[in-house]
Amino acid sequence: MSLDAEQVKKIAHLARLEINEADIPSYAGTLSNILELVDQMSAVNTDDVEPMAHPMDANQRLRADVVTENNQREKFQAIAPKTEDGLYLVPQVIE
Amino acid sequence: MYHNKTLAQLSAMLQAKEVSSVELTQYFLDRIKARDGEINSFISVTAEQALAQAKAADERLAAGTAEPLTGVPFAQKDIFCTEGVRSSCGSKMLDNFISPYDATVVTKLKAVGAVMLGKTNMDEFAMGSSNETSFYGSVKNPWDLKKVPGGSSGGSAAAVAARLAPAATGTDTGGSIRQPASLCNLTGLKPTYGRISRYGMIAFASSLDQAGPMARTAEDCALLMNAMAGFDEKDSTSIEKEVPDYTTDLNKSIKGLKIGLPKEFFGEGLDPEVAKTVEAAIQQYKDMGAEVVEISLPNSGLSVPVYYVVAPAECSSNLSRMDGVRFGHRCEEPKDLEDLYKRSRGEGFGEEVKRRILIGTYALSAGYYDAYYIKAQKLRRLISDDFKKAFEQVDVIMGPTSPNVAFNMGEKSDDPVSMYLSDIYTIAVNLAGLPGMSIPAGFAHDMPVGLQVIGNYFEESHLLNVAHAYQQQTDWHERCPAGFED
Repeated sequence: MSLDAEQVKKIAHLARLEINEADIPSYAGTLSNILELVDQMSAVNTDDVEPMAHPMDANQRLRADVVTENNQREKFQAIAPKTEDGLYLVPQVIE
Repeated sequence: MYHNKTLAQLSAMLQAKEVSSVELTQYFLDRIKARDGEINSFISVTAEQALAQAKAADERLAAGTAEPLTGVPFAQKDIFCTEGVRSSCGSKMLDNFISPYDATVVTKLKAVGAVMLGKTNMDEFAMGSSNETSFYGSVKNPWDLKKVPGGSSGGSAAAVAARLAPAATGTDTGGSIRQPASLCNLTGLKPTYGRISRYGMIAFASSLDQAGPMARTAEDCALLMNAMAGFDEKDSTSIEKEVPDYTTDLNKSIKGLKIGLPKEFFGEGLDPEVAKTVEAAIQQYKDMGAEVVEISLPNSGLSVPVYYVVAPAECSSNLSRMDGVRFGHRCEEPKDLEDLYKRSRGEGFGEEVKRRILIGTYALSAGYYDAYYIKAQKLRRLISDDFKKAFEQVDVIMGPTSPNVAFNMGEKSDDPVSMYLSDIYTIAVNLAGLPGMSIPAGFAHDMPVGLQVIGNYFEESHLLNVAHAYQQQTDWHERCPAGFED
């Protein structure tokens, strides 16, 4: 499997990642090399194998639905790039 | 002097009041100031906080409420969130991130009174095997300043090897504790997945990441494990299992120990000089009464391909939280929300991180998910089953940690695939979730070689025992890089 420049641009858009136009060919090259390495996976038949998501096949632990954290909004927002009245600011989304 | 002492020795000196924690801390801070310019192993040195912690530790020592690590200085990998201190993860993205909370590992080490000297350099978001992807510049290997220290915990490895700190924390997703330990002549332990809390440890690949100790001896690793391990309800994958005293079994006899040697770990790609050194270490174990059996891990050859689907897929999800909105880097004058996301991330992440986000996004995208991610998870089970079968037959598995000794800076940085192959023997252990160590086993081409020892689930005590027994008979772990003895 190899990727061309158009595919790299599409993936970069999906990842919301800006890639300089000039660097796209080099990304296409290295990503194709990685996918070539990854393609070795097809050598083994895995039809009857159960996918493994957790090394010990443990399930996600659940807890009672109760409040466990105090509100620390001011503290957490102190490191945010832009806030106002307890809200995170981003460029206008709706006209 | 103090820098040539182990953690255990420094602990004993503190308890005996031969030295105070403030003196010891100041000594290491001075040493970092004088020598770190040569190796670039620290991103932040937290002198003021360290001295305050040392003062508090001295009070505990005087009051008789000290624990073994009280007052002992150590270095923290910059992947762990530390309240009030920059927690950069080696990235421009988090260069301005002053964490508002402590990781559980940090809380636990604070609770026993260990003194944090600073935060160590690392590959950006722990993605790398050479420490060349850090925003803060490459780390140099104290054994040869032209060579890499390994990665991603390369700053931790270099700092301990150069005696700038007696021990350090590390994290290991595909070999990031064991490979730098091997390349810098240290003892490093990656525990069983779930043994140490991942809370506050900046996530790379959540199903693989695990923290662990890096030090000069197995005994020191045991002391650190006692403080670091344990169930944490803040980490949903933390395992509820009692923590043993990891020092208890250190001196047990290893007579009759059954060692499995996977034939796949001694094949093509392994430097013959490294092979010779590892074989000599195994001979030493035989001389100490161990038995050696040849085993096979038939699917281990697929570990690297499987890893380069699983890890990037998980990293592309984890790193999506870095979007320029709540913390971290934000681009100037975004023209709309999409521009804010794209440019903040494009400017904040380095090349290797971008590559892995792209691979992961591709593998998880519509139409490719089954062919890549599900396929990789199926193979992950086969790789893991190979180990299960092997452990029915043997107590531990041994082999090289890395196929080569430390390589030259720049040698592999333009060729990601060749860089990825330097973790060929360590990655399978993360995929299976098993504990693994690297211990100093000698030298090849005048550079350190690590012996990897892999154990069954939750058998960290046994691994430490096996490593300690070897360190009672050999002195490789005591060797110090030339120029850093004084």
